[in-house]
Amino acid sequence: MQYILLIHHGTTPTPRHPEEWAKLPEEEQQRVYADYQAINQTPGVTPGVWMGEPDTATTVRVEDGKTLTTDGPFVDTKEALGGYLIFEADDLDAAIELAARIPAARLGGAIEVRPVRQ
Amino acid sequence: MIASLDQAFRDQWGRVLAALIGFLGDFELAEEAAQEAFAVAAERWPREGMPSNPGGWLITTARNRAIDRIRRDRTLAAKTQLLEPPEPVDDADLDAMTFPDERLELVFTCCHPALATDAQVALTLRTLGGLTTEEIARAFLVPEPTMAQRLVRAKRKIKAAGIPFRVPADHLLPDRLAAVLAVVYLIFNEGYSGRGDLVAEAIRLGRALAELMPDEPEVQGLLALMLLHDARREARFRDGDLVLLADQDRALWNREQIAEGRAVLERALALRGRGPYVVQAAIASLHADDPHDWPQIAALYGELHRLTNSPVVELNRAVAIAEAEGAAAGLRIVDRLDLDDYRYLHSTRGELLRRLERNDEARAAFERALALMHDDAERRLIERRLVELRGGA
Repeated sequence: MQYILLIHHGTTPTPRHPEEWAKLPEEEQQRVYADYQAINQTPGVTPGVWMGEPDTATTVRVEDGKTLTTDGPFVDTKEALGGYLIFEADDLDAAIELAARIPAARLGGAIEVRPVRQ
Repeated sequence: MIASLDQAFRDQWGRVLAALIGFLGDFELAEEAAQEAFAVAAERWPREGMPSNPGGWLITTARNRAIDRIRRDRTLAAKTQLLEPPEPVDDADLDAMTFPDERLELVFTCCHPALATDAQVALTLRTLGGLTTEEIARAFLVPEPTMAQRLVRAKRKIKAAGIPFRVPADHLLPDRLAAVLAVVYLIFNEGYSGRGDLVAEAIRLGRALAELMPDEPEVQGLLALMLLHDARREARFRDGDLVLLADQDRALWNREQIAEGRAVLERALALRGRGPYVVQAAIASLHADDPHDWPQIAALYGELHRLTNSPVVELNRAVAIAEAEGAAAGLRIVDRLDLDDYRYLHSTRGELLRRLERNDEARAAFERALALMHDDAERRLIERRLVELRGGA
């Protein structure tokens, strides 16, 4: 089966917020990089594209034929999608194990696992 | 004949359904096929007698029905894992056929943590326990369409999300087994607070798990715990009023079931089980002794608190300490607990204060407990205490 793993950073420190990121000990920062690299190299994983920050998002709606845009993501910035990847796996257990290895899952964010409809 | 037929159906349902899900890879199709096979049996067995291998007969009949349907309907075939269904099996070959027992795969699927707890409970009762949707709805005081919807949604998620039909790998097993046991114990507790049919169902599930996982101490521990608690069922109520353990008529205890529970507990201990269910079963076993070994009970609650870190367990330890060392020692523990919304904290405090003859404080504690209680039998117990205190004051 194919799964899409949606990575929500929540309060996870990332290098995009240098002051938050700096609060992580050096070895933890190294571990985050190493973990993401290991995940991207896991057989069955197709890494997603590198997404810009949620606060650079523009949200588009159409009402009565008129295009309306608002600044920021559709959901709250804290709840916005931070990234994703595709995983080809036998079953949900394998996808849950991979999700649990994604650093955001242990650093204040969460991973949503969804089957890709064939 | 009819009674034994019902019994045979109840005994066989979980195994038949598990074998069909294993074979077809689809819950709904398996359930339909199983129902068809049971209907054929209900019609034929009274007339022709029960086959020598009823389970095998039901599985084969259901498999054949499902294969027929898949052959007629290719879209169904795509739904299952059987793009090339095998030949149906002849009735004549049946007695020689054996089927692996796949109920364990089934229970781990039903209790998968990707399903909500209420869905895990409903699915376990439906598939393994063989209860009808209506029976489950009634047991949980939920309208039948709501329960039906819950079951359909859970079965769809299993299929769509790829929840495996498999006993989890060793590194996942402890957590996943804990989830299975939690579901069975939840069913038991629902029944213990009033609905006796769920108690019987939980014990039946517990027995099945104990048979399927004979070497898992916590599985044996849970079965022992349920047997020991349930053995005191007849003594727990008198004319609809709750009777405390100390006041129970021991002649009403089911001695045979206590002996069985203790034998299962012995097995769990022999397997070096020291987990929370084993410890709780050991406490329940000590509670069936006369007189009580309160210091030992307090020590086991201490052990359970270490395992669970639960303030409710600590409250129970306080009760045992009060019996072993006096009410003042128990009260010191109670007053350290952060459980202000918990009715039993206040009823326990009330009882200990009463023993210390601090009647005004006792009354206030019982009144606080009463304000938090919804169950009628519990309320009457506290009201009796308040009347006694007024009489004594």
